[in-house]
Amino acid sequence: MSLRASITGELALDDVFVPEENLFPDVKGLRGPFSCLNKARYGIAWGAMGAAEFCWHAARSYAMDRIVFGKPIAGTQLVQKKLADMQTEITLGLLGALRLGRLIDEGAFIPEAISLMKRNNCGKALDIARASRDIHGGNGISDEYHVIRHMMNLETVNTYEGTHDVHALILGRAQTGLQAFY
Amino acid sequence: MSNPLTFDWQDPLLLDRELNEDERMVRDAARSYAQDKLMPRILTANREERFDREILNEMGEMGFLGSTLPEKYGCSETSHVIYGLIAREIERVDSGYRSVMSVQSSLVMYPIYEFGSEALREKWLPGLASGDKVGCFGLTEADGGSDPGAMRTNAKKVDGGYVLNGSKMWISNAPISDVAVVWAKLDGVIRGFVVERGMDGFTTPQDRGQNVPARLHHWRIGTG
Repeated sequence: MSLRASITGELALDDVFVPEENLFPDVKGLRGPFSCLNKARYGIAWGAMGAAEFCWHAARSYAMDRIVFGKPIAGTQLVQKKLADMQTEITLGLLGALRLGRLIDEGAFIPEAISLMKRNNCGKALDIARASRDIHGGNGISDEYHVIRHMMNLETVNTYEGTHDVHALILGRAQTGLQAFY
Repeated sequence: MSNPLTFDWQDPLLLDRELNEDERMVRDAARSYAQDKLMPRILTANREERFDREILNEMGEMGFLGSTLPEKYGCSETSHVIYGLIAREIERVDSGYRSVMSVQSSLVMYPIYEFGSEALREKWLPGLASGDKVGCFGLTEADGGSDPGAMRTNAKKVDGGYVLNGSKMWISNAPISDVAVVWAKLDGVIRGFVVERGMDGFTTPQDRGQNVPARLHHWRIGTG
């Protein structure tokens, strides 16, 4: 139901011989995979905002065209409140992602800061996609309006590469010194 | 600029002014590519659960794959801000397309560059950068998820190398991969291995229930 335009599968390893030169010689423990995941999470913090922007612009445009009770639904308070929330969260999320990118480009690769932006931007993007789907009414269920596809995708994006809750635990530990993972 | 700054509903805090000329140029190129080439494909690709393999070659040609890595390996050596701006434009079309790009760039090319020998870099990075080769990242297992330290895939030292046993699940790009970065325990310690298609005993079956969110279907029977 999600990320259907990419392919997913399994890796089966049954007595696979791998030559010595194919081992990463120096990296040991979770640092190896986690450093890769942190790179990816940084990109996700930006990417999720792209999906959110699509959903926001689509909601605005749909609401301007959709006439109910003789006027566009964009002229109602409930819809404007949702659009203002989308605009605000995307504006802040993008500036946060830019700041994070500038820090990484300065050589400051800070995993907790990446957790903060990955968590915030994925969670907010998912909320925005759901609200956009809601503004689209029945048409929001149709894939031709694209927002339900983004919504379904973002359920995965909010969960993979560290779930929303797991990143909260990283941030909780970093400010209290107390781990709450287990 | 002599014009007074005014409110732009699409960019209220004027993010655009924080970007330099190169950053704006790549962002605009990425936006045009995504809207012109990806947007027309996505509706049917999503319905048919289809990934068009040539998208990786197109992204390679645009310089989007492993973009932050050095030019000597065929990469475009961009800043991380530019990499982020590209991700935003690709995901404006679909998170799946951005995932494919992320996996290739951050989870395959980056570790080969950062942790691999010079020979491994030269062997794999140029092909991955151009999109001629596809890579995947094998960390998650059936019982893994948020606790990757619990992995069961293991490596044993033998003459001239290692023997790997185990299985990885919910791996993006796996069925079409030429190469996999696989994490396995050697004497109880997690280590990274580059596993190549064609190695005896290595297979990449496609997930059948692919309309289940990637990596999330805990109700599936593990292959242990």
